[in-house]
Amino acid sequence: MILAAALLALAAPATPPAIGAGQTVSSAPLADTQLADPVAEAKAQALMEELRCLTCQSQSIADSNAPMAGDMRHQVRSRIAAGEEPEQVRAWLVERYGDYVTFRPGFDWATWPLYALPLLFILVAGVLLFRRIGRGGE
Amino acid sequence: MKRLWLILPLALFGLFIGLAAYQMTQPKDEFVRSTMIGKPLPAFDLPGETEDAPRLTSQMFADGTPRLLNVWATWCLPCIAEAPQLDALAKRGVPIVGVAIRDEPEAIAQFLDRYGNPYSAIARDDIAELQLALGSSGVPETFVIDGKGVIRYQHIGDIRADNIDEIYAEWEKAR
Amino acid sequence: MIAEIGLAALWLAAGLCLLQFIAGAIGARGDEQGPVSALVRPAAIVQALLLVVSFVCLLWVFAVTDLSVALVAANSHADKPLVYRISGAWGNHEGSMLLWVTILGLCSALIASLERRMDARFVKTALAAQGFVALGFFAFLLLSSNPFARLNPPAEFGAGLNPLLQDIGLALHPPTLYVGYVGLSVAFSFVVAGLVTRQAGPELARAMRPWVLAAWISLTLGIAAGSYWAYYELGWGGWWFWDPVENASLMPWLAATALLHSIGVLAARDALRTWTIMLGVVAFSMSMVGTFLVRSGILTSVHAFAVDPERGAFILGLLTIYIGGAFALFALRAGALAEGKRFVALSREGALVFNNVMLSAILAVVLLGTLYPLLSEALGTRVSIGPPYYNPVTAVFAVPMLLVLAVGPLLRWRRDRISRIAAPLVLVGVVLAASVIAVVAFSGAGVLPTIGLALAVTLAVASWLPLMGRNPRRVPLALWGSMLAHFGVAVSLAGMASESAFSTERLVAVRSGDTVEVGPFTATLGAVEPVAGPNWTALEARIAIAGEGVDTVLRPQSRTFTDPPQNTSEAALLTRWNGQLYAILGDAAGEGRWQLRLWWKPFVTLIWYGGVLIALGGLLALLGHLRSGVRRARIGEAIAQRRADRESEAAA
Repeated sequence: MILAAALLALAAPATPPAIGAGQTVSSAPLADTQLADPVAEAKAQALMEELRCLTCQSQSIADSNAPMAGDMRHQVRSRIAAGEEPEQVRAWLVERYGDYVTFRPGFDWATWPLYALPLLFILVAGVLLFRRIGRGGE
Repeated sequence: MKRLWLILPLALFGLFIGLAAYQMTQPKDEFVRSTMIGKPLPAFDLPGETEDAPRLTSQMFADGTPRLLNVWATWCLPCIAEAPQLDALAKRGVPIVGVAIRDEPEAIAQFLDRYGNPYSAIARDDIAELQLALGSSGVPETFVIDGKGVIRYQHIGDIRADNIDEIYAEWEKAR
Repeated sequence: MIAEIGLAALWLAAGLCLLQFIAGAIGARGDEQGPVSALVRPAAIVQALLLVVSFVCLLWVFAVTDLSVALVAANSHADKPLVYRISGAWGNHEGSMLLWVTILGLCSALIASLERRMDARFVKTALAAQGFVALGFFAFLLLSSNPFARLNPPAEFGAGLNPLLQDIGLALHPPTLYVGYVGLSVAFSFVVAGLVTRQAGPELARAMRPWVLAAWISLTLGIAAGSYWAYYELGWGGWWFWDPVENASLMPWLAATALLHSIGVLAARDALRTWTIMLGVVAFSMSMVGTFLVRSGILTSVHAFAVDPERGAFILGLLTIYIGGAFALFALRAGALAEGKRFVALSREGALVFNNVMLSAILAVVLLGTLYPLLSEALGTRVSIGPPYYNPVTAVFAVPMLLVLAVGPLLRWRRDRISRIAAPLVLVGVVLAASVIAVVAFSGAGVLPTIGLALAVTLAVASWLPLMGRNPRRVPLALWGSMLAHFGVAVSLAGMASESAFSTERLVAVRSGDTVEVGPFTATLGAVEPVAGPNWTALEARIAIAGEGVDTVLRPQSRTFTDPPQNTSEAALLTRWNGQLYAILGDAAGEGRWQLRLWWKPFVTLIWYGGVLIALGGLLALLGHLRSGVRRARIGEAIAQRRADRESEAAA
């Protein structure tokens, strides 16, 4: 119980972090504050779920407690509040970090097989069904 | 024709094994590199080291002098390990601008006091806006910015003793 | 001492496994009456008993926290509650591999003692294959992952278990999943035996069916449990992230589901012989590929478990031998299998083939998305593949599959006429159209959730249509099982669509006494106070919830564990018939305010209820098939008896 009380004291804010104390939380105003406009917030939320937290293991910035994810959420919310479209914000980040930052792979020289192969699967599926069933019967 | 179909699973499986075996032998690159190399430094305007210090802007990088831009923080342990190497670079005449991420003036003063101050100027980036604009994904990272304010090189992680020459050479190249 | 007994039992079991393989292989060569090959069944059974002894020894050293055992010292701590000390035994690489081998051994013993439908040569071949697979994992355990290795001198304190794993969901989720993964090895051994002994007819399908069903039930439950665990333990309110490790458990399930349906066709109509054989190999290979991906650390995952490249190399080696070998055998032998029976498109077989092809395509998409980062890294760029890729691309295949599922079970085997099922077809069409219109009119749901909801409603109705024109009392148990499982798919789909379309989130910084609205409720923050558990301390918020006739208090916690030191968020959940309220306590936000994250997720629980229904349907089907198997065997015996009687009469 004493330990718990000490913990509560630790959790209280205000003391500046000591050197080497580990990462602090994001202090960006919009990291954990929703936009007042529900339409803009929904847009921001949808985008945040599709952006990768760069300091985490395979998490979106919407799902991460990492400080950097918080700072990225602030960028997303503030840019969308300023009237940018989600795709512009995504493009801004892709310009800086490459395709790795978005969970929605684009269509370019490095990602085309992701879309071409499922098309091939459809073709193969069609051929399989045709061969199996088409000449069947008697 | 029928034979071919029967070999297909084996062939695909072989492809997978080959790929997996190849990747197992490759060193795993955990770094996310910035794709801003060769592009101009993004515009920024950040508060200085203390509340009274002058603000830092992107314009000051376009004065013809190439600089290092060191993204660091007082709460970051590798940054302590990196301090002597930054000092060595500063002693060789390389101007270094520090960008402190999510930091406090008191902590910065304490840190510089304890581990030395290699910086010609320091900016405080409380919400990592410059860090994100640079395409940097962690601390510490060091960028070489040429005299026209164009990003030339990125070093990810703390600068070790054997990185000094390499970074100095990159800075020379940017002159 | 206990650890030494465990290790000795493990070595003895490995020896018996070798015997099982050799005896089985001799039997496979046709000498099924020989003295050596007669040893295969006893070897398998004793091996399983020894493995159980070994595993119990491991449980024991974990339960008493024997710190002279390296594995215990590295993964446990005496202060943990007993249940987590025990579950810690499989919360690490070595222990989970021992569990894996133990289940593999139990499968061998079950085949040896229960399998009577196939002839002796087939059973011996299957046991040889099973033993061969087990040998590799024995080698892995004994040569590089000994769970009983001693630590000298013993550790003073254990390092503890990752607190995220200290949860009842996680205590039960891996063993369930493993029963499923390893259960698929039986399907693998059976199809290998089928290829070796050139038996790929309906008997093979009927013999395989209970095994595949049992494994599939476990996989279904394991995935559902894992998803629910991730949902409340990780504290992000998400239930599926398309993370590589999640995909690793989904892929065997998809393959097993396809296999289950193609087995149905093979058993009833003697069609799809080569296809079923191939799926049998694919299903187990997905289990092994999944294990490889999870443990090699080759992909980045939030659930990364026991990562070590050296182990990865070992598993990759085993994968190459077993799966490569089986596919090579398939390429050599499958061509010689007699082609199965034919059928027309409009028939039960036709619908099931369509289902199989679509499931395989979904499997291929998931595999592609999971492995693609490896490929692109080899080419020098890094990409991330997540829900925005998987959701629409799998839907391209899942939607037609579910539409066919709505009417497929109504079709007759071999050939059917549209006019015969016109009435139910019209009914399904009307329900589908009405639900699409209703969803579009009354909710602003996106494209995929709209399709999902409409399909769920349609399927929920359509799954019971096979009852039409039947006397419910005379409906076979297996058919009840399939209807229930299909209904479960509809229920689960409804939950997924509803969660994604109607969830509301509130992210607020509030003082004690402040009130927030979330969904149909109001949440009022009370005190935030410290509380202490056996091996953690926490800050606990009291949040009063009111509305919709509810008046209760939620207590989310922000926990700090001591061994190892780590912080976790413990979500507090209010479960109602129509959804869940999900509350998370975040950081202090200054000036006496606290960050709260609140979600109202309408009908989210249907996702997991659906999973349970699917598993329950599987269980009914399993019981039904076992019962009819017994009945068939009895009739066969009676016929043989009568024939013998007649012959003896004639002789007299």
